[in-house]
Amino acid sequence: MSSAATTAAAVTTSTLASGRSQDRDLRSLAFLGALWFSLFFGVAVLFALIVDTAISGAPRFDSALFTQYTQTFDPERAEALAATGRDPKDLSAAYTGFRSGIVGSIILMITTALLAIPLGVSAAVYLEEFASKTSRFSKVVEVNLQNLAAVPAVIYGMLAATLMAVVGVQRGIAIGGAVALALLILPVVIITTREALRSVPDEIRQGSLALGATVWQTTWRQTLPSAVPGISTGTILGLSRAIGEAAPLVMIGFGAINFAPEFPFVTSKIEAFPLEIFNAASDSKEVVQQAASAGIIVLLAMILGMNAVAIIIRNKFQRSW
Amino acid sequence: MTALTQPGPPSGAGPAPVLTARPRPGEAVIKACLMTAAAASVLVTAGILFAVVEPALEFFSRVPAGEFFTSDTDSPYAVYPLIVGTLLTTAIALTVAVPIGLGAAMYLSEYASKRARKWLKPTVELLAGVPSVVYGFFGVFFVIPVVLQGWLGLGISAYNPLGGGLVLGVMIIPTVASLAEDSLSAVPLALRQGSLAMGANRMQTTLRVVFPAALSGIAASAVLGISRAVGETMIVLMVCGSIKNMSLNPGEGHETMTGTIARTALGESPVESTEYKYLFAVALLLFAITFVMNMVSIAIVRRFRQAY
Repeated sequence: MSSAATTAAAVTTSTLASGRSQDRDLRSLAFLGALWFSLFFGVAVLFALIVDTAISGAPRFDSALFTQYTQTFDPERAEALAATGRDPKDLSAAYTGFRSGIVGSIILMITTALLAIPLGVSAAVYLEEFASKTSRFSKVVEVNLQNLAAVPAVIYGMLAATLMAVVGVQRGIAIGGAVALALLILPVVIITTREALRSVPDEIRQGSLALGATVWQTTWRQTLPSAVPGISTGTILGLSRAIGEAAPLVMIGFGAINFAPEFPFVTSKIEAFPLEIFNAASDSKEVVQQAASAGIIVLLAMILGMNAVAIIIRNKFQRSW
Repeated sequence: MTALTQPGPPSGAGPAPVLTARPRPGEAVIKACLMTAAAASVLVTAGILFAVVEPALEFFSRVPAGEFFTSDTDSPYAVYPLIVGTLLTTAIALTVAVPIGLGAAMYLSEYASKRARKWLKPTVELLAGVPSVVYGFFGVFFVIPVVLQGWLGLGISAYNPLGGGLVLGVMIIPTVASLAEDSLSAVPLALRQGSLAMGANRMQTTLRVVFPAALSGIAASAVLGISRAVGETMIVLMVCGSIKNMSLNPGEGHETMTGTIARTALGESPVESTEYKYLFAVALLLFAITFVMNMVSIAIVRRFRQAY
């Protein structure tokens, strides 16, 4: 947010403090009401979404959701279930869990972070601290990044699938998904890191350079540490986007996995949480859809939690110079 | 003075301390590594082009272009029905996202105090963080059966672009709001002060002075919104249906471009089959559309930045 805008708002507000009555005619109030509606419409939809999903998923908030794998209909177990007096049709509901998806998504997220953060921060440091702003290279990279930020997610999946085919690895393994997600969030990481570096005042750099530090020493010991809150906010937001993304993983060939990933995890076939929710939601059995609702609440809790952490870091730790 | 070619300090930091400079090979190595990282982003674009163009060409070598560029819904490779589905969904999404995103941007830029904005802005942006699978689920199990068919009593099919577009519109509100707010905030303060000095109230200032001055940036935000809507996959896959349809009625099921891509990838077609190559031909068209949209948006933003 530009400081000019902040000042503008402050001045506008104070200017109007004396003549506020002008704002009170019917049309102004209707306009203000429309703005309030716009601001809170989205939040209201999100609220309705959470409430509706929580109600339909309510019967499935149990530990099986986290501890069990997705189960297919197994006659032996159905018989055992029938013996206890429960409807065998409930089998898939009683035993459907998202263990493989939750484990898989955590592996994916860590691998994605390990790939995207070093690459993204390095690129941002080069563009902000080393490259000349007017060079053709910087301009090309800048336009390219703005474009990449809006390239559809499925296309990143195609890129990663092609890379995997070129390298010659199996489809559906963790590293392929992590590459797709890392490339997807790379523009976000680079753009937010650049903003964080830009907000560090030049006096800090000049002071360091004046004491004889090189440009890299200045960056590593002064600029980067000061920019850490901004960088972590952007990175967490990027990762929260990555964890909920399913489209690129479809292209990589992620499928239903009902076993624990083997060590080392990055070359193991894994399942992703959002993809597992998608499969459960597409199931015709109502009991499985119920599990999907409960899974969505868990996924939303993870993502909203990450967003909350990012917002708190941004508002509490970011220094205003 | 060969030392002048040393990496200089960032702009604004004054001239580099060349007098004391001695060769530092480590510094050059680090700079080269960082530059490689920056160049990698260009490689990503090149990689995308390669990954999409090569199989798309393979597709066109097997299937005549006439079977691709046709509105014949019986042709398995027809692309015009997919474009119709994508256009309907995008148009409905934009009808939701542009007015609401713009309204939120106006409030944040012109009305909210600094303190309020600090919390309101992330709240609006939260909508972009919700996974598209979740929006898709909400569209299929709530928006279409409960809101559209139930409350509004519309006689529409179970999967349609109307529901998909509405949900997608909510998802791209933050995209529109964030860019629109940037452009509203970039309008010089003097314009507002002039308007207020003439006796206009906040609404008049916002609508008659700030809004026209920021119009190009707002247009850019809408164009970026189109790009997002065209490329979104999971929502349209789940909500819009899977029938190739040339009708312009958003209440009927329509297959879309991204929907076809994901459905083919989820299906049983082997990777080398013509069916699978078809999805790359659709993806190439999709990439071309979003690329043009992004470039238009970037060009508009550049232009209005130079104006002030």
